Amino acid sequence: MSAESSPKIVIVDESPIRAAILEEGLREAGYTGVVRISEMQSLLSRIYAVDPDIIVIDLENPSRDVLEQMFQVSRAVRRPIAMFVDQSDAASIQASVEAGVSAYIVDGLKKERIKPILDLCVSRFNAFAKLQDELDRTKHALEERKVIDRAKGILMKMKGLTEEEAYVLMRSTAMREKKKIGEIAQSILTASELLK
Amino acid sequence: MTTPLRIGFIPLVDAAALIVAVDKGFAATEGLDVTLVREVSWSNVRDKLNIGLFDAAHLLAPVAIASSLGLGHVRVPIAAPFNLGLNGNAITVSPALYAALMEEIDGDRFEPLATARALARVVAKRKRSGADPLTFGMTFPFSTHNYQLRFWMAAGGVDPDEDVQLVVLPPPYMVDSLANGHIDAFCVGAPWNSIAVDLGIGHILHFVADILLSAVEKVLAVRQNWSEKHPDVVTALVRAHLRAAEFIEEPANRPEVTRILAEPERIGVDASVIQRTLDGRLKISSDGTMRDSRRYLLVGREGAARPDPVQAAWLYAQMVRWGQTPYRPDALKAAMAVFRPDLYDAAAGPSATVASAVGAFAGPPFDPNDVLGHLAAFRIGRWQP
Repeated sequence: MSAESSPKIVIVDESPIRAAILEEGLREAGYTGVVRISEMQSLLSRIYAVDPDIIVIDLENPSRDVLEQMFQVSRAVRRPIAMFVDQSDAASIQASVEAGVSAYIVDGLKKERIKPILDLCVSRFNAFAKLQDELDRTKHALEERKVIDRAKGILMKMKGLTEEEAYVLMRSTAMREKKKIGEIAQSILTASELLK
Repeated sequence: MTTPLRIGFIPLVDAAALIVAVDKGFAATEGLDVTLVREVSWSNVRDKLNIGLFDAAHLLAPVAIASSLGLGHVRVPIAAPFNLGLNGNAITVSPALYAALMEEIDGDRFEPLATARALARVVAKRKRSGADPLTFGMTFPFSTHNYQLRFWMAAGGVDPDEDVQLVVLPPPYMVDSLANGHIDAFCVGAPWNSIAVDLGIGHILHFVADILLSAVEKVLAVRQNWSEKHPDVVTALVRAHLRAAEFIEEPANRPEVTRILAEPERIGVDASVIQRTLDGRLKISSDGTMRDSRRYLLVGREGAARPDPVQAAWLYAQMVRWGQTPYRPDALKAAMAVFRPDLYDAAAGPSATVASAVGAFAGPPFDPNDVLGHLAAFRIGRWQP
């Protein structure tokens, strides 16, 4: 892609992993001029120094309000910048807000050139959220595993059960009380704490 | 039947009525099942309200107007049936700037004209010595903070666009930026001024009530077309917030109110800081100097919750004064129509108390029927006649 057709893109994101995933996606799609900013101090002057055509920012970033200042007529602004909103396409705005990403563009940049970039950002943001979710679930499962193991240990010691018996006891109790085995294990830990 | 609603808010003390309406059950009593969503930026609150992810929101009054006029963003008409707070902001300066101002001041340090003139002299001195221009932090281009700072300094002869720098900063970054010298002063709502004072890095120079007697700050905002489709829900919302505001303003409830607001998923700051704001009794200096004001923040007291279209006109006049939009009579009308005393009255009944006028410390009394004539009385500004 020639420099002419590859707009300069700035990614403002406090999550370095997500920013890297996004940058990689953009590069794969042929957008070569990508700069990441993760440091929010003097954000505007950094952006002015890069002089981008498009700015992509995550919605959980409080510095979004800082970018809004660039819409204002001000001596500091070299080129007017506006948020990318395609009023004819409410679904794409909704998709981007729900994915947690927003884009600001230099005035006059054609819609056809921005749309694929925003779509790519939305899908990468969603992919990242999914990854994050899986990671959280794995972490949670690991935590639960530990709790169950400790509860098993308590049952084995206090009731003289084998490991297998202790597990079966917790599982059947969980089924009877319509609870998760992790919850039963946690109550065993809490109770044994209290009875110490 | 209960109506599920999602309402966005920014963790500031003037979200009090929203939070208390939910956490004290006033919303539930009205048949509303409200989920409060804490947000990090006004842009997010505005966008999520605009596209319908929120049914209602805690919104800067000027953002409600800008959104209705399509300024700086897409045009989505907003209806504001309830004021969540009047006043509540303060101007905090660094200890160094405070010292410089006190060296130059001629008159009472609580008089905004005296401090603004002192600021003009500090600015002139810095210019002569080749020092960088002073930098002031505020929260949003379309914010009361922006207009209040500008109104104050311009009265003393400081041109906010030429003589100093005004920068947008998210409120949670305000204190850090003052501490590390990125900014010399800021105008923001509670609790951030008090936090700067407690850390010994800031001095509260003015309460906004010094500059404007009554300044609408945040409104409860809904989309105008949504309000037309759900008039009963709007009435229920206003009623729930009226009861919440009453509960908040009753001094006997203060310990409970501050405890509710201080919860981590609500405002998430120390209850004592919130208490000072609601009591209007603030520590203004790290040496322990206290200052009281009955008008520091009004949540529904003295007719404060009733939307006043004149306030909307004043805010529109500020947008014109500072070049954010050229003056247009139809835009003025549209701005005034954002504030909906009719929707408020539908829930509250006819009210005897009428909130006091803007009451600015400088310039002639505000006349919504002659905005350009009013602006002509001010020497500094960016408007096109």
